[in-house]
Amino acid sequence: MLKAQNLTKRFSGLLAVDNASIEVQQGSITGLIGPNGAGKTTLFAMIAGFLPPNGGSVTFEGEDITQEKPHLRARRGLARTFQIVQPFAGLNVRDNIAVGAYLHTKDPDEAKRQASLTAEKVGLGRELDKLASGLTIAGRKRLELARALATRPKLLLLDEVLAGLNPSEIRDVLPIIRQIRDEGVTILMIEHIMQAVMNLCDTVHVLSQGKMIASGEPRIVCNDPAVIEAYLGHGAAERIRSEGKANA
Amino acid sequence: MKKAELLCALAFLIVLGLLALVGLPGNILNLFIFMMIITLTAQGWNLLGGYGGLSSFGHAAFFGTGAYAMTVLQTSFGINAWVALVCGVALGALVGAFIGFLSFRAGLKGSYFALITLAFAEVLRILANSWDFTGGAAGMMIKLQNGFAYLQFSDRRYFFLILLVFVALALFLSRWLERSAFGAYLIALRENDQAAQALGVDIFRVKMQAITLSAGLTALAGCLYAQNFLFIDANVAYGSWISIEALFAAIVGGAGTLIGPLIGAVLLLGLGEVTKSFSGGIAGLDLVVFGIILVLCVAFAPNGIRGFFANLKRRRSAAAEAA
Repeated sequence: MLKAQNLTKRFSGLLAVDNASIEVQQGSITGLIGPNGAGKTTLFAMIAGFLPPNGGSVTFEGEDITQEKPHLRARRGLARTFQIVQPFAGLNVRDNIAVGAYLHTKDPDEAKRQASLTAEKVGLGRELDKLASGLTIAGRKRLELARALATRPKLLLLDEVLAGLNPSEIRDVLPIIRQIRDEGVTILMIEHIMQAVMNLCDTVHVLSQGKMIASGEPRIVCNDPAVIEAYLGHGAAERIRSEGKANA
Repeated sequence: MKKAELLCALAFLIVLGLLALVGLPGNILNLFIFMMIITLTAQGWNLLGGYGGLSSFGHAAFFGTGAYAMTVLQTSFGINAWVALVCGVALGALVGAFIGFLSFRAGLKGSYFALITLAFAEVLRILANSWDFTGGAAGMMIKLQNGFAYLQFSDRRYFFLILLVFVALALFLSRWLERSAFGAYLIALRENDQAAQALGVDIFRVKMQAITLSAGLTALAGCLYAQNFLFIDANVAYGSWISIEALFAAIVGGAGTLIGPLIGAVLLLGLGEVTKSFSGGIAGLDLVVFGIILVLCVAFAPNGIRGFFANLKRRRSAAAEAA
């Protein structure tokens, strides 16, 4: 459904993303993991159209959208959330979500009705009239999710929607994400919380220092020596293996 | 609550209209006429600066274009006043679209947008001041001809009533905007333009529509100004005083609210008049009062007077909930 090929992004001297490719199958939940500063969010921004790549291409449902503006991608059905939440602070929850709903209806009453339904779905049903600036972090993350959902996306790009949540809040959100997929929305998610990645993802891609270093099923990728080294440093895989042997 | 706001404003306009019909001293009527012209200018500013968060320092560019179009078309081309009015509004909107296209294509916002609009208004002022077509530094007069077709009346109350109708229409326009998808997009890009784009909002297009609408409305105020005073020159039509009145009235009253511009214009001009009458010989005391109001607003009502009362209400209901 989504194919990003050989994407490269350079910030003057810094090569943030280096020739990275990623493919997302329709109906899947695909994870994108990697250490801090690996370039995950930059890769996301290029896929969603917020940053122009220095090289490479993005195709969505078979069409090249590399040069397309973000709002046009959103109309195609490609929605994103932001790692650093970006609420419309001065608006209440309902009006925040309605902005997304206006993509499919110009009728304000209908948009607000859809906004309420979407809020219900992510568990914000009781906070519809609250100002976005008055929400907790968990609430704002849910709002990000709801707003993106209201555009009725085919592909949802989630940038660390679980970061900053406590364990019980994470437990609440996981089923929501799974339900969104079950309703037919393909998901590509950046996530640090391995519990969530192992739980949700069909496929995982690992980005390290701008390069894709592994991809495949979560369980297999997690035991990949290259991945372990990327997270824990050079020689870590070797050390773990030998410690494992010693213990056995 | 929003509906109540609209009804309040309309009731206020009707009261003003009735007062005028019953009979007002000439100088008070003139003050009211001026108030309504400033209200209309500020309502135009509010569409872009209030709802869209794009604060212009150069709405004089649109006001002046309206005023000059009205004057030149009638005086030099003998065109009917009402037709000239429509042309003035259209030309003002066109100038708005032009300035908007250049600034928004470059992604200007905040203080940069404010400065570029100021620059455009100044350029137009200097052009109008030196060009014969616009009467140069001597300015231009509209011929005195009474009658509905000329939009001039021997009884100024009729002009005032027409003005009230235009202000009411602008209120309805703002009300429509607040309820429409377009308005939701405009407010969304004010709050966070990145997030708006991610949700499919074409922010360039929405900004273009907003500045065109805003400029058209302010140009209408300019047309009516020219038609009321029958004389304009570059410093009046394109002077920065009107840019400041527009944003001052809207901000003090409450930017991005339905009745903010009306409250602001009435309060500021009313207070200015009162202090002028008290201060007698001391020139500039009314400006001191202006300054004090601005300081108080910034300190205690950063969201304008309308926002101040909304806050009070919210706080009171929160206190009631807690009790």
